[in-house]
Amino acid sequence: MKEMEFTLYILILPLVSFLLLGLVGYKMKPVVSGLLGSVLLGATTLLSYATAFIYFTAPRVDGAFAKMMPYNMKWLDFGGTLQFNLGILLDPISVMMLVVISTVSLMVHIYSMAYMHGEKGFQRYYAFLGLFTFSMLGLVLATNIFQMYLFWELVGVSSFLLIGFYYTKPEAVAASKKAFIVTRFADLGFLIGILLLSFYTGTFDFDKLCSCDPALFSGAIQASFLGYSVISVALALIFIGGAGKSAMFPLQIWLPDAMEGPTPVSALIHAATMVVAGVFLVARLFPVYEAFAPGVLHGIAYVGAFTSLFAAAIACVQTDIKRVLAFSTISQIGFMMVALGVSGMGSHEGTGYMAGMFHLFTHAMFKALLFLGAGAIIHAVHSNEMSNMGGLRKHLPITHLTFLIACLAISGIPPFSGFFSKDEILAAAFSFSPLMGIAMSGIAGLTAFYMFRLYYKIFWGTPSEHKHTPHEAPAFMTGPLLFLALITCVAGFIPFGEFVSSDGLIYEIHLDSTVAIASVLMACVAIGFATWMYKKGSNTMPDRLATTFSGLHTAASHRFYIDEVYLFITRRIIFDGISTPIAWFDRHIVDGFMNGLSWTANRVAYLIRGFQSGNVQQYAYVFLIGTFLIVVLALSQYINF
Amino acid sequence: MEYYLVVSAIMMFAGIYGFIVRRNLLGILISIELILNSVDINFMVFNRYLYPDQLEGFFFTLFAIGVSAAETAIAIAICINVYRNLSSIHVKNLDEMKN
Repeated sequence: MKEMEFTLYILILPLVSFLLLGLVGYKMKPVVSGLLGSVLLGATTLLSYATAFIYFTAPRVDGAFAKMMPYNMKWLDFGGTLQFNLGILLDPISVMMLVVISTVSLMVHIYSMAYMHGEKGFQRYYAFLGLFTFSMLGLVLATNIFQMYLFWELVGVSSFLLIGFYYTKPEAVAASKKAFIVTRFADLGFLIGILLLSFYTGTFDFDKLCSCDPALFSGAIQASFLGYSVISVALALIFIGGAGKSAMFPLQIWLPDAMEGPTPVSALIHAATMVVAGVFLVARLFPVYEAFAPGVLHGIAYVGAFTSLFAAAIACVQTDIKRVLAFSTISQIGFMMVALGVSGMGSHEGTGYMAGMFHLFTHAMFKALLFLGAGAIIHAVHSNEMSNMGGLRKHLPITHLTFLIACLAISGIPPFSGFFSKDEILAAAFSFSPLMGIAMSGIAGLTAFYMFRLYYKIFWGTPSEHKHTPHEAPAFMTGPLLFLALITCVAGFIPFGEFVSSDGLIYEIHLDSTVAIASVLMACVAIGFATWMYKKGSNTMPDRLATTFSGLHTAASHRFYIDEVYLFITRRIIFDGISTPIAWFDRHIVDGFMNGLSWTANRVAYLIRGFQSGNVQQYAYVFLIGTFLIVVLALSQYINF
Repeated sequence: MEYYLVVSAIMMFAGIYGFIVRRNLLGILISIELILNSVDINFMVFNRYLYPDQLEGFFFTLFAIGVSAAETAIAIAICINVYRNLSSIHVKNLDEMKN
């Protein structure tokens, strides 16, 4: 139990980085603060790798890796049964997440030294990166659902701070507010879910919850709410929290706008780590979902599939490269959700769980690579719009190579990592229902198409005019690109099933050859199509298609008007329909009542102030009259008029 | 007995009337003395006619006279001070504490 004590430093180091840079960073030179942040993060990364190494080489217990809890201290004790703990929980998925987060975060730290060079608020940027890394690591290491909620909110705050990093830019400010409010809104569901779940089970601990002890859950199963058992309702609400962070339909609206933040931030938060928190949450509570609410799990699969399709369709027509990547992120997270949703418990049924986690791992790497590559491109041409790019492959050879590798990985072309994980997801989807399998394969094809549309539009096609010749990014930027590209090339060969599986036992990954061949063929066809349409840059096919399906094209480029629907709901229905009458009621009825009270008291006081003249003779006069009245009353008993 | 009571009632109401309508502090003071004295008469009359062999009423009257003498002394001192400060002893001028 005690041998993993050093894992505490994984949490402390980023926190130190945040506090140090946040409090005294303004006194440092920017380079010093960047180096300091990176060195601390480097140490965290080394510790994470050490943890992973020690954890996964430790002997198995009953065929599974033992859960470890190096720390679990009492934090708040309210007496009775209510107490909150803080601690560190090591199990296969949290160790896997440790590796992912620290790797991507370190890459982003190094990359940002060059990318953010000369920006105002450089130290603040690194402080926030430290805060984010700290909270994200705390989230995955949480021993109980309440601790997870705490860090969940911290992650939301740091995301808000980093999206709004350019706080003088109105779009960035609006985007950060939007992201914060939308996820906050979803977190309300999460909180209610937590309260329901822990009220009926009497525990917050993942350890106890995931044991699925029927005695623990009997109350939650028997109690019913609106015709569903409370456990289903609670788990569905918890998923809503996850859906908010992971940008599932219909809460996906914040993620594309979040691209207003600096590009490395998008790579870290909005591609690789924070947005998969929802997936991680579902995976963390997966045994509970699987045992008590399979219906909710299927719901998650359908939501994931729809989101995936929806986002992929939008990604095909976006022109801002970061937004294409944002929608592709949403789509890929949809894949992970589908994988978890269709999964069951046990070795073969658990394919989806393993595949979802595997895809989370590979996706984090290649999507961070794509974003960092996009950052390098933006750095070179100073624009996000595809129309300002084209023909960049000669100017940016390293970026071009790494971007191509990432595109091939996300499209699912062997031997890159995305192929292996996506293939597992498709296999799991097919074993769930053929329809789901076919749908997901189609979306995978669409993914390949829009990624290569992006690729060709950036690196091929007609070069556009530039003020100065685009130049390759400095080594601080290409280094992380090359490292991530290396991971993307080899990650597929990691025997992932040995480390992470639904029941902890070794799961042998075997590629389903039919599914694999079909999906690769599909991807190749899609890539071919994209090549034909976009490679030359003179092909008129895209325009013709756009005019043929003009309705669909316009709708997709307006993101199917979801933002407008939200605006309509908030402005027209909530603001005009509810808030305005309530405000009127408050001003006129509630305030009016209070004003009326004070007005009445005022008038009454005017009326009676004559009684308090201070004139003793007047008092005596009144007293005399009173006495007469009493005498008359007393006498009237004896005298009959 | 009734005659004594009529006299004291006249004194009493004359005192009350004076207390209410007088605007002069000394007049008010005299009115108060009238009221007190009418009460004293009542004490004696009732004692004399209802309990002829007891003396509580007379003693009470003596006490009341003593107290009223003290009270009058204080009241006259106040009047003199008021006069020194305001050059007037009309009650309508005594509104310093108000406002």
